[in-house]
Amino acid sequence: MSWSAYFPYLIVMAGVTYLVRMLPLTVFRKEIKSVFIRSFLHYVPYAVLGAMTFPDVLYSTGSLWTALAGLVVAVVMAWRGRSLLTVAIGACLAVAAAQGVMLLL
Amino acid sequence: MKGLFMKGVRHGIPIALGYLSVSFTFGMKAVGDGLTWLQALLISMTNVTSAGQFAGLPLMLAQASLIEAALTQLIINLRYALMSLSLSQRLDKSMTTPHRMAFSFCNTDEIFAVASSQPEKVGKWYLYGLMSTPWLGWALGTFLGAVAGQLLPEFLRTALGIAIYGMFLAIILPPARKEHPVRIVVLIAVALSLLLRYTPVLNQISSGFAIIICAVVASTIGAILFPLKEGES
Repeated sequence: MSWSAYFPYLIVMAGVTYLVRMLPLTVFRKEIKSVFIRSFLHYVPYAVLGAMTFPDVLYSTGSLWTALAGLVVAVVMAWRGRSLLTVAIGACLAVAAAQGVMLLL
Repeated sequence: MKGLFMKGVRHGIPIALGYLSVSFTFGMKAVGDGLTWLQALLISMTNVTSAGQFAGLPLMLAQASLIEAALTQLIINLRYALMSLSLSQRLDKSMTTPHRMAFSFCNTDEIFAVASSQPEKVGKWYLYGLMSTPWLGWALGTFLGAVAGQLLPEFLRTALGIAIYGMFLAIILPPARKEHPVRIVVLIAVALSLLLRYTPVLNQISSGFAIIICAVVASTIGAILFPLKEGES
C-alpha cells in the first residue's frame, strides 16, 4: 500500500482510538449519572466482540471443519473461565490437530 | 519508585505473552493483504487495539471513506471510554493530567483489567510499568508476524488465524455465563451479525458498519431491557 494512501488511515485510526481512551480519563473525572448511557456502554464490548467473532471465526482457518474444531475447543475453555492466552493457544492447537486428522483421512 | 515500575512490568508479562500470538497474526495478515512490515508495525505501535486494528485493516486496504474508518474505530473502541472512565476513579494523586494523557494511550482491555484489580489506587510508576511490557509484546509480535509469518509452515499459519477469536471468546463467555443480560446482548449481536452477513441486499453493508449496527442495536436493547442497578459498573 502506498504511504500517501496509508497515512490518512493511520492518523484517523490512531487518533480516534487515542481520543476515546484519553478524554474520559483526563476530562470527565465524575461518574456518569445516566443509567441508560452507563448500561449501553456496559453492553457495548460484549456486543462488539460477539458480532466480530461470528460468523468470521468460521472463515479464520480457510476450512470450515478445522475452524469448527477450534471454535468448539475455544468455547468450552472460555466457558470454563480459562485465561485469554490459554484459550487462544487451545483453539490454535485444536485447529492444527484437525488439520492433521484431515490429512490422514 | 523503581519498585513500583518493576511490579507493573512483572504484571504486564502475561499480557505481553498473550499479545504476542495475536499481534503475530495481525502482522502476518497485514503483510499478506498488502501492507509493508513497517506499515503494519506502525499501526500496532500507535493503535494498540486488537479488535480495532483487525477491523480497520480491510477498510484501509479497500480505501473506504475516512469517516467510515473513524466511525468503526469509535464504535469498536467505545468500550475504552467506559474503561477509562472507570479507571479514572482508581488513580492516585501522582496521576496528574499529563500522566493521564500519556497512560491512556495504552489503556487496553487487559491492562485496564489488571490495573482495576489492584487492591489500592494505582499511580504513574506502576501504570507505566504495566503498559510497557504489553506494548513491547504487541509491537514485537506484529514485527515478527510481518517479517517471518511466511516462514511458518502453512498448517501453523492457518492455525494461528483463530487465535484472535479464541481471545475474544475468552473475554465474552465468562461474563455471558454469569450474567443473563450479557448473554442476551451477545446472542442478539451474533444473530444480527449472521443476518447482515447472509441476507441478500443486507450483505452489501460493509463490515465496519455491520459491526456498528450490531453493537448499537444489541446494546440499546440491553440498556432498555436490563438497565444497570446502582453500584453496578
